[in-house]
Amino acid sequence: MNEIAAQAPTEPLLMSQSRHAPSSLAVARLMLLRDLKLASRKASQLVQPLAFFAIVITLFPLAVTPELPKLRHIAPGVVWAAALLSSLLALEFLFRDDAQDGTLEQYALSGRSLTGLLVAKTAAHWLLTGLPLALMAPLAGAALGIPNAALPGVLASVTVGTVTLSLIGAVGAALTLGVRRAGALLSLLTLPLEIPVLIFGARAMKLAIAAQPYGAPLTLLAGLAVLGVTLAPLAVSAAVRINLE
Amino acid sequence: MSDSTLKGENVHLWRGERHVLRGVHFSVSAGQCLQLTGPNGAGKTTLLRTVCCLSYPEEGRISWRGADVRADLPAFHAQLAYLGHEPPLKMELTARENLQYWVGVRRRLSQAAVDASLDRVGATRWADRPVRTLSAGQKRRAALAGLTLMRVPLWLLDEPTTNLDTEGQRLVGRLIDEHLAEGGLAIAAVHHELTVSAQGLRRLELQL
Repeated sequence: MNEIAAQAPTEPLLMSQSRHAPSSLAVARLMLLRDLKLASRKASQLVQPLAFFAIVITLFPLAVTPELPKLRHIAPGVVWAAALLSSLLALEFLFRDDAQDGTLEQYALSGRSLTGLLVAKTAAHWLLTGLPLALMAPLAGAALGIPNAALPGVLASVTVGTVTLSLIGAVGAALTLGVRRAGALLSLLTLPLEIPVLIFGARAMKLAIAAQPYGAPLTLLAGLAVLGVTLAPLAVSAAVRINLE
Repeated sequence: MSDSTLKGENVHLWRGERHVLRGVHFSVSAGQCLQLTGPNGAGKTTLLRTVCCLSYPEEGRISWRGADVRADLPAFHAQLAYLGHEPPLKMELTARENLQYWVGVRRRLSQAAVDASLDRVGATRWADRPVRTLSAGQKRRAALAGLTLMRVPLWLLDEPTTNLDTEGQRLVGRLIDEHLAEGGLAIAAVHHELTVSAQGLRRLELQL
C-alpha cells in the first residue's frame, strides 16, 4: 500500500494489465465485504425472507393440527417448501440493484472474469440469505415437534440444500434481469429446477427424524450443490451478458 | 508496444429493424479526444457501448493498437474506463466506499490515491456521506473521481457533463486535457461542446 501512496498524485497511466491488479482472492474478498456492508445498511431486505419463512411455518400448526406427532410427520415437507419460497423472495435483490445502477456493466468491463465476480456475489448472497435460513431451520423444526436429536440433520440438509437454491436462483435472477416485476416469472423458472433439492432435502430430514442414517440423501444434496457450483456460474455470466447488450 | 490508437472501421449495428450505426469510421490516437455529437437517438450511446464491446456490431471491426479488441477482451477492458448515463454508485455507501469497491476490483488502491481523486473533483467535504443524500451533480463528480482513479489510457464517456454546474463542466474539460497530456485518449458523447483545448479535439457527427 505504502509504495503506491508515495507516488499517488503522479502515477503513470497503467498501459497494461499489470502488477497493480489485485489478486482474484483479494477481489473476491472485496466483493464479499461490499455486499456485507450493503446488507448491513438495508437490513430489511435480509429480514423479510426470514420473517416470511417463520410465518409460513407457523401457519401449518394453525391450519392443519396442533398435535405434535402429526406435525412431526409433515415437518420435513413444510420446512423445505417454506425454505424454497423464502429463498425465492430473497432472490429478487440479488442482481437487480447492480443492474439498475450500472454496477454490472462496470463488472463486465473491469477486465476481470465476469464469471468470477458473479460467483463471489452469489457466495455473498448465500452467506446473507441461505445460511441464516439454515440456522433458523432447526428452530422451525423444533416448533413443528422435531425431536432435538434430529435437529443436526435438519441443519445439515438445509445448509447444503440452500447452496444449490442460491445457485439455481442466481441463474433465474440473471435471466429475468430485463423483466419488470420478475417475481412470478422467476418462480416459474426456478421452482421446477429446485424440485430435486426439495425431494432429497425432505428425505434427509425425514430419516433424521426417524433416527435413521441420512447420509445418502445428504450426499445426493451435496452432489447437486457441486453440480450447481460447476455449471451455474457459466449460465449466470452468459445471462448477465445478454442482458447488458 | 505499437502506437495507442483506437480505430473503428465500417461499424454497422442493427437494433431489431433499426439500422442504428451505418458504417461508422473513427480513429483516435494518444493525446486526442473524439467528441461524438448528433441528435437524440443518433446512436452516440450505442457507439460507445459497441466500442467497449457491451454490444457486438453486425459488421465492421474495432481495433486497439492494431489488434481486434475481441481477440483479447479482458486485456482491452483493463485499459478502458466507461462512464455511462448513470454514475455506477451504490446509494447506501458513501462516495469514498463506492470508489474503494468500484475501482478496487480493477487495481489496488491506496488511501492517499482515493483522497487525491476525491480532492481533485472537489468532493472532500461530502466524501463520507451516503450517496443517497448527494445531489445529481455531486454523484457525477464522484463518478469522475473514480474515472481518474482508474489510471487507464482509454476513457469512454457518455454525457460526462450532465447535471454539472458551469465550474463542474470546466472540470470535465480540465480532467480530459490532463488525461490527453499524459498520453491518454478519450471518446465523449456530448450535447454541449466540451471545454477541451483545441489541438487534441476531433469531432464525429452521427446522423439520425
